[in-house]
Amino acid sequence: MAAVILSARALTRHFGGLRAVDGVDFDLHQGDIHALIGPNGAGKTTFVGLLSGRIPAQSGTITLAGEDITRLPAHARVRKGIAYTFQITSVYPRLSVFDNVALAVQQGTDRDLGPAVMAALSRVNLADRAEQTAGTLSYGHQRLLEMGMGLALRPRILILDEPTQGLASGEIANFKALIRSLVPETTVLLIEHNMDVVMDLATRITVLNLGQHLATGTAAEIRANPAVQDAYLGGHHAAD
Amino acid sequence: MGFGPFLLLALMESAVTAATLALTAVGLSLVFGVMRVVNVAHGEFFMLGAVAAWFITNFIGGPPWFAFLMALALAPLAVAAIAALADRLILKRLDYEPEATIVATIGLLYIFQQAALSFYGPQAMPVEPPFNFRIQLPWFGYSAYKLSVILLAALVLIGVWLFLTRSKAGLVMRATQVDRETAQAFGIDTDRVYAAVFALGAGLAAIAAVLIVPIAQAHYLMGHDPLLLAFITVIVGGLGSLRGTVIAAILIGLSDGLIAFFWSPTLAKILATLLVAMVLVFRPQGLFGARTT
Amino acid sequence: MKVWILHVAVLLALLVLLLVLPAYHATNLARIMVLAVFAIGYNLAFGYTGLLSLGHALFFAAGVYGAALPVTYLGFAQLPALIAGLVAGAVMAGLTGLLALRTAGVSFMIVTLMFAQAGYLSLLYFGEVTGGDEGLVLPGAAGLIPGLSADAARTTIAYGLFALALIASLLLVRGRFGRTMVAMRENEERSRMLGYNPFAVKLAALVLSGLFAGASGAAYALLFGYAGASFATIQYSILPMLWVLMGGAGTVLGPLIGTAAMFYLVDIAGSYTTATLLFVGVALVLLILFAPRGILGTIRERWLPWLP
Repeated sequence: MAAVILSARALTRHFGGLRAVDGVDFDLHQGDIHALIGPNGAGKTTFVGLLSGRIPAQSGTITLAGEDITRLPAHARVRKGIAYTFQITSVYPRLSVFDNVALAVQQGTDRDLGPAVMAALSRVNLADRAEQTAGTLSYGHQRLLEMGMGLALRPRILILDEPTQGLASGEIANFKALIRSLVPETTVLLIEHNMDVVMDLATRITVLNLGQHLATGTAAEIRANPAVQDAYLGGHHAAD
Repeated sequence: MGFGPFLLLALMESAVTAATLALTAVGLSLVFGVMRVVNVAHGEFFMLGAVAAWFITNFIGGPPWFAFLMALALAPLAVAAIAALADRLILKRLDYEPEATIVATIGLLYIFQQAALSFYGPQAMPVEPPFNFRIQLPWFGYSAYKLSVILLAALVLIGVWLFLTRSKAGLVMRATQVDRETAQAFGIDTDRVYAAVFALGAGLAAIAAVLIVPIAQAHYLMGHDPLLLAFITVIVGGLGSLRGTVIAAILIGLSDGLIAFFWSPTLAKILATLLVAMVLVFRPQGLFGARTT
Repeated sequence: MKVWILHVAVLLALLVLLLVLPAYHATNLARIMVLAVFAIGYNLAFGYTGLLSLGHALFFAAGVYGAALPVTYLGFAQLPALIAGLVAGAVMAGLTGLLALRTAGVSFMIVTLMFAQAGYLSLLYFGEVTGGDEGLVLPGAAGLIPGLSADAARTTIAYGLFALALIASLLLVRGRFGRTMVAMRENEERSRMLGYNPFAVKLAALVLSGLFAGASGAAYALLFGYAGASFATIQYSILPMLWVLMGGAGTVLGPLIGTAAMFYLVDIAGSYTTATLLFVGVALVLLILFAPRGILGTIRERWLPWLP
C-alpha cells in the first residue's frame, strides 16, 4: 500500500448543535483516486472544507506527509500542495480564460507565463478559448476551467467537490479520462454523487454518515458492506 | 467655585450634549439598521434643521416661544421631506448598494453645504430661546432651557421607541429591517418604508438641531461634529441597535463633554475617533452588542 | 504594443502642452499632474484591488509633512525630503492597513475615515510643530533646478514625477501583481484557494497606494511651498475618489483624465459662480448614478476593450 499523504485524526466541527463532522479519522494514500460519498447532510463538504482549511477545525489534527497543518490557513495549505475546486463553479467571470489560469500558474516557479498557461489550458481542452471572457463560457467549460486552474497549481493533492454535477454524459467521459491521467503524480480526493463515476473511477471509497466515518474500502468492499447498504445505498438513497 | 459644583456644572453641560447626541445618533442608527445605508449626509440634515429653524423663527416673528414651537414643528418636517426626496431620487436608484450609497451621500453632503452657504451665508446666527428663565442653584445659576432640552429629547426618544414597538408602521419598519424580501412577499411596500425611515432619521437629526440652536448657533459647517459623534455612538453602541445607541450616546456625550471640559477638546476627539476605529476592528458588533455567530 | 504607443503619446502630448501653454495654464497643468499621481495611487487601491478607502488624506498628508518637517526643522534638501515624504506615505498606509484590513466593505471605509480624522486632529493638536491650520511655508520651487525659473522648475519636476508614476503604474497593473490585485477585487475567496494570502495582497496594494499618495503630497508641498493640516481633512480623501470615479476606476489613464476634468470643471464654474462645492457634490451623485465606470471605463467597455 502506498504511503499516506494526508491524514485526519478525530477531526471535529460542530455548527451550534449540528455535528457536521464528528471525530472523523481518515487517510489519503499517495496516488489514489479516493471518493468521498454519503447521503446529503453527511458532512462531506464540511469535511473537505476542514482538509483544505476553508473551515477551521474545532478539534483533531490534520497532517500532510507527516507535517501537522491543522492550524495552517487555507492559502498556506494551497501553497503546500492541496488544491481545492469549488462545488459551485467559482472562476473570475470578468477576466479572460488566460488570466484565470495565469493566476494559478504564477504561483509557481515558471519564469515565462504564456507557455505554462497554454499547457494547462490544453490539458482541459480550452486552449482555443484563452482570450474569451470566462463569464461567457458555457457551464461545462467553466467547470473545465475550474479544473484547469486547480491543475495549474501543480498540486500534490487535488480536492474536487462534485466535479461532474451539471455535466452532460459526453463531458463526464472526458472528465473521467482527465482524472485518470492525473494519477499517480497527483492524488485525487473527490466528493461525488454520481455512483457510476465513483464505482468506475475510485480506487478507494470512504463513506460518511451524519458527520461520522462509516466505512472505507474498495468499490467491491463498499458494495458488500451491510452498514453502508443500510445507511446509504438502502432507504436513504431514494431521498437523495 | 469649588470642585464639586464645577463637576456638577460640567455634568449638566454634558447631559445636554448627550441628549441631542442620542437623538442624532438614533436617527443614523435607524437608517443603518433598516436600510443598511451609512448616511454620510446625516450631519447636514442636522445643519439644515438648524438653518431651517433660523429661517422659520425670523419669518414668523411674534413671541419667542411661539416662533420656536413653530420651528420645532416645521423644521424637522421640511428636513424629512428633503430626505424622502433624496431617497427617491438617488438612493433607491442605487438599489441601496452600500458603497455606492456612501459615495452618493458624500455628494449630498457637499450639495447641502453649498446650498446653506449660498442661501443662508457664511455667518453663524442664533435663534432666540423660547424662554430665558434661570434656575438658581446654591453655587451658580443655570439655564432652564438647557434642562428642558434634556427633557424634550428624552420625550422624543420615548416617542420613537413607542412608535417602533407599538404602532403598525413601526412594526412594518422592523419587519423590513429583519428581512426585506420576506417583507415584500407579505405585501409591504418596502420603497415607502425606506423613504419613511430615511425621512424619520433625518427628522430626528433636525429635531436635535432645533433644540440646540438657541444654545449654539446655526452655521453651514455645523454638521461636521454631530456627524462624527453620531458615527462614534452608533458604532460603539453596535450598528443598528437602538438600545445600544442610546446607552452609547449617554456614555459618549457625558465623557466627551467631561473630557473636553477638563482637557483639550482636540485630544478628546482624537481619543474618541481612535477608540471607534479599534471597536470596529476588534469588536464589530459594538461594545454593547452581542456576537451574532 | 499599442498600449505603450498610447501611453508614450499621452506623455509626449503633455510635454508639448507644457511647452506651448502660457504660464498660468502650465502651472495649472503642473498642479493637475502632481494631484494625478495621488489619484493613480488611489486607483491602485480602489480601482484595481477593490479597497474603497475614505482615509487617503492621511497618506497624502503623511507625504506633505514627511517632506515639510525635515525641510523646516532638519534642513533637508528637496530631493531627500521628497523621498522622506514618499516613505512616510507608504509607512502610514502600512500601519493603517495592518488594522483597517481586518475589516471589509463599509467597516473598512469607516475605519480608514476615522484614522484619517485622528491624523488631522493630531496635526492640529501638535500645531506648534505642524503649523496647524495656518501651516508651514516652505522655500518653494525657486532654485530647485539650477538655471531654471521657479515656474519652469516646478513644471519640469511635476512632469517627471507624473511620467514616472504613470509608467510605474502601467508596468504594475500589466504585471503579475496587477493580476493578483484584480483577482482580489473580483473574487477574494477564489484567490485564497489559489494560494494567495488576501491580507498580505491587500496590505501590499495599500502600501503601494500610500507610496504614490505620499509622493504626490511631498511634491505638492515642495513645489508649491506650503504644508498645512487642511491636506489631512476628509476633503482630500474624497477628491481622489471623485477623480478616479470620473476618469474611470481600474484604468491607467483614468486618474489623469478625472483629475484634469474635475480641475477644469471647478475652474470654469468658479468664474461664473462661487458655489464650487455644488459641482463636487453634483458630480459625485451623477457619476455614481449614471456613469459608475467613469469616462475611460465607459470608453473601454464600448469601444476599446484593450485599454489597460
